[in-house]
Amino acid sequence: MKAQVGGYARAEDMAHAIRLLADAEGMGRVLAGGQSLVAALNMGLSFGDLLVDITGLSDLRGVREEDDRLVIGALMRHADVATDPLIARHVPLLAQAAPLIAHEAIRNRGTIGGSLAHADPAAEFPACAVALDAVIRLTGPDGEREVAATDFFRDVFETEMREGEILTGIVVPKTQAGERHVIREAARRAGDYAIAGLAVVIRGGAHRIAAFGTGPTPLLCTVAMERLDAGDVDGAVSALSDALDPPSDTQGSAAYRRHLAGVLLHRIATELGEDV
Amino acid sequence: MNIKFDDPNRPNSYIGRTVPRPNAGRLVAGKGRYVDDITLPRMVHVAFLRCPHAHAKIGEIDTEEARAQKGVLGIFTARDLAQVCTPWEGKLAHLEGMKTPPQSALAIDRATWAGEPVVAVVARTRAEAEAAAALVIVDFEPLPAVTDMRSALDKDTPVLHPQFDDNLCFRKENATATPQKAFDGAHTVVESEFKIGRHTGVTLEPRVIIADWNGGEGELTAHVSNQAPHMLQVLLAKHMGIPESRVRVICGDVGGSFGVKVHVYPDEVATAAIAKIMGRPVKFCADRLESFTSDIHARDHEATGRIAVDESGKILGFDVDDWTGIGPYSIYPRTSAVEGLQVTNLIGGPYDFEHYRVRSTTVFQNKGICAQYRAVGHPVAVAITEGLVDMAAAEMGIDPIEFRRRNVIRDDAYPVTTAAGLKLEGLSHEKSLDALVEAMDYDVLRAEQADLRKRGIHRGIGIASFIELTNPSPFMYGIGGARISAQDGCTVRMDPDGSVVVLTGVTEQGQGTEAIMAQIVAEAVGIRPDMVRVVTGDTRVTPFGGGTWASRGAGIGGEAALKAGRALRDQILGIAASMLQAKAEGLDIRDGQIVDAASGEDRLPLEELGRVVYFRGDTLPKDLSRELMQTRHYITSDYPYAFTNGVQASYVEVDTETGFVKLLKHWCVEDCGRIINPQLVDEQIRGGIVQGIGGALFEEIVYDDEGQIQNGSMADYLVPMSGEMPDMVIRHVETPTQESELGAKGAGEAGTAGAPAAVMNAINDAIRPLGGQVTRMPFTPERVLRALGTLKD
Repeated sequence: MKAQVGGYARAEDMAHAIRLLADAEGMGRVLAGGQSLVAALNMGLSFGDLLVDITGLSDLRGVREEDDRLVIGALMRHADVATDPLIARHVPLLAQAAPLIAHEAIRNRGTIGGSLAHADPAAEFPACAVALDAVIRLTGPDGEREVAATDFFRDVFETEMREGEILTGIVVPKTQAGERHVIREAARRAGDYAIAGLAVVIRGGAHRIAAFGTGPTPLLCTVAMERLDAGDVDGAVSALSDALDPPSDTQGSAAYRRHLAGVLLHRIATELGEDV
Repeated sequence: MNIKFDDPNRPNSYIGRTVPRPNAGRLVAGKGRYVDDITLPRMVHVAFLRCPHAHAKIGEIDTEEARAQKGVLGIFTARDLAQVCTPWEGKLAHLEGMKTPPQSALAIDRATWAGEPVVAVVARTRAEAEAAAALVIVDFEPLPAVTDMRSALDKDTPVLHPQFDDNLCFRKENATATPQKAFDGAHTVVESEFKIGRHTGVTLEPRVIIADWNGGEGELTAHVSNQAPHMLQVLLAKHMGIPESRVRVICGDVGGSFGVKVHVYPDEVATAAIAKIMGRPVKFCADRLESFTSDIHARDHEATGRIAVDESGKILGFDVDDWTGIGPYSIYPRTSAVEGLQVTNLIGGPYDFEHYRVRSTTVFQNKGICAQYRAVGHPVAVAITEGLVDMAAAEMGIDPIEFRRRNVIRDDAYPVTTAAGLKLEGLSHEKSLDALVEAMDYDVLRAEQADLRKRGIHRGIGIASFIELTNPSPFMYGIGGARISAQDGCTVRMDPDGSVVVLTGVTEQGQGTEAIMAQIVAEAVGIRPDMVRVVTGDTRVTPFGGGTWASRGAGIGGEAALKAGRALRDQILGIAASMLQAKAEGLDIRDGQIVDAASGEDRLPLEELGRVVYFRGDTLPKDLSRELMQTRHYITSDYPYAFTNGVQASYVEVDTETGFVKLLKHWCVEDCGRIINPQLVDEQIRGGIVQGIGGALFEEIVYDDEGQIQNGSMADYLVPMSGEMPDMVIRHVETPTQESELGAKGAGEAGTAGAPAAVMNAINDAIRPLGGQVTRMPFTPERVLRALGTLKD
């Protein structure tokens, strides 16, 4: 199919971008890497959109330190995230996650902001944001605001973003001493969306587990986290299974996804030396 | 003079060598010319409104709003196109009892699968055509859909086509000796169900056609991505009422075909019909989403099979009941009955046994049309046969290699007629097994497997012997009345400087036809391959031929090229003999020079001969024949098909907690007769294996009960990707066919034929000690886990 687009405008700065979105009267769509949006347009899933290209907003690129937090610009491409030294040092989870995303051609264009804003339930970065207890930064007509990642993802492709807002970055706490990050997923082919995946952070001895590919949004698995904190791996696997309500599709049934998530949790626990 | 193929030091020894492909540089440089690269003056674009229901009555079609859209130039329904184009029926006379209804370019009154074209919208651009097509309102009244193959013939299943009594398209039973008795008295009988998923070809370049009607000439030119240009020429002429000489089909670069592009498609015929009505070039290019619903599908077989074995491990017989559902119409002109028919021919193919019974049932249903796709029927028959062979070997505690050694047809037994009735000229199962065992280091691998098993790592080794049908004679289609040519032709022309232009009826789909034709003609004439220019895919200029299908290009087109090249050589030497006052028998052509055959001494450069013939013909004797252009055609006649053989092995590791299968390594020993270009053959085998692995582990078009595809996109229909592919070791045994001088058989489908069975057997070898067995392809992680009993709900 041919994309049926309502228009295209290249934003010169943030204020311009916000104005373009406001003028689009609900038809504005932010274009960054385009790796999900352009595919959706080409499949006719969306049409008549005014594309607001924000790739020229250089403020949204790069990574900077803000005290004990790292601010990652929305336009950081997956390939940048995979190799950035600050991310590697302070948020290894994201560096581990980036190579799991699709294929190199996609990683060279797709952006972390785009991935978070798109909110695909099987995507890696949203789950990482939840596991990391990150904060999402947004700019809109009424100024800047921050939303906790745990509150940000509402449903399949739905977030707390308001009409006319642009996701400008993600704010992540820097790793503390002894902090551990692990992300594991299972996909039938390298680069496919995961059938099931888990992002795990151990911070100050407490576990944070975010499951992806297993429901409408990345899910913070609180009971499983408590069980793991208590050293009860089997109990955590069982709690995880109870917490997940995954979809069935041609890649795997709900029962299989639940089982797979349990296997992944068990393996992560073993890897972290917690198996008993 | 015959070519001494066994002597690698012979002059002009290009046949049998890895010679670079002449078109590779052009394609890598992005200078290919595919149909989508062509823009003709006044060209317009067509988009199709396709039926969203699996089965629906077509009521009123309201085109008013669509017609008013910017850029729209015409909207056509079935009745409009019926004025310029007749319907067709995909039937073959020798397939007794076969039935299929007439099919039209656009659905009339009733649509029978989700994706069938109903209305064609023509506009200045594809985008405009699509936007307008979305505004056409068709009053569809959904009808009950037939989707399950096994119950398609049940009394309470609706009959899809009212002119028929049932949903049976074709049924074939092939039996020899006394299978019932053999099974009743056998020492060991093993039975299993098998399922091979529904696949589609997913060519890198989609189907695409630009049809151009020249009213002044009364001539249709079709630029089309196709693998049988002369077939399409003849059929467009027939159904559009135009003399064949006034239909020109041009197939430039083709980005893969695999059988997808050897059929007549309603949307392509509609495009040609619209071009005639509108009197201007019309382009249709299938997009990726409509490819999934409109390209042919294939396989989708379910079977119950049994093998009977005596106490010594000797196979007594096979008994198989195979079912397939092929959509609402049999494909034109090859029919959709051939995959089932091949299963009835190929079960048990490598083995020496007596008792045989295979029944194949082909039914209609409301899904996409199934048809010929790389290795038609082979992966199905090989999976059933080799699955049963491995199960029987395991049941009897015999090593699978040893079991095969006891049962394959002996290398010295040929010619042989198999239990299924196939005539085999000469195969090499024993030599191939020897070569496989050596290539795998089989005993060491078995020891490694046993050692790892003790540590909880579950690896499996799977073997699959196979035969492959190549070089088909008219027995495949021609005798059934289909205008599909089994013969092929080649014209070679020497230009004044001694270079040669080759025109061949076989086509280039990216597999290297142009490379091997250049090699063959270079050796046959006595010039370097870079002095040969090969032209394919233009019905106006190439000799009438069949094109590329059933692994026929090298064996049939190659032999025609060899004969034409030799004829040109003889003509050149005749002229040279006159010019040099020598005997033609005493001369030879080597590296573009006419030489003394005995001493190798240079006598005359070809370009000097070319200069004299073309520009100073007055200096030659008046009656000297000087046709530096020769055409030869070739057809096989001793055997209906040239069968090839081989054996594959797969080494896998099964993660018994997740069900994931990791492909560790793959081997194939195959015998395609004379090898013309070793690298091209190896890559054909590798590509074929990858496609076979696709069917084993990844590919399956999933329909729901209402006849809707659940995974019709590249995100959901999983094609095999390089990341998951194992290293592949390819070895060859060469048993040339005696029927031709070249001795080449086909190599295009061997990989696909054997790989699924090898992978299946490897997985089962890995999980058998755990009580698991899988036979339903693709072997998704979930299916593997369920087979292991790990997942029950």
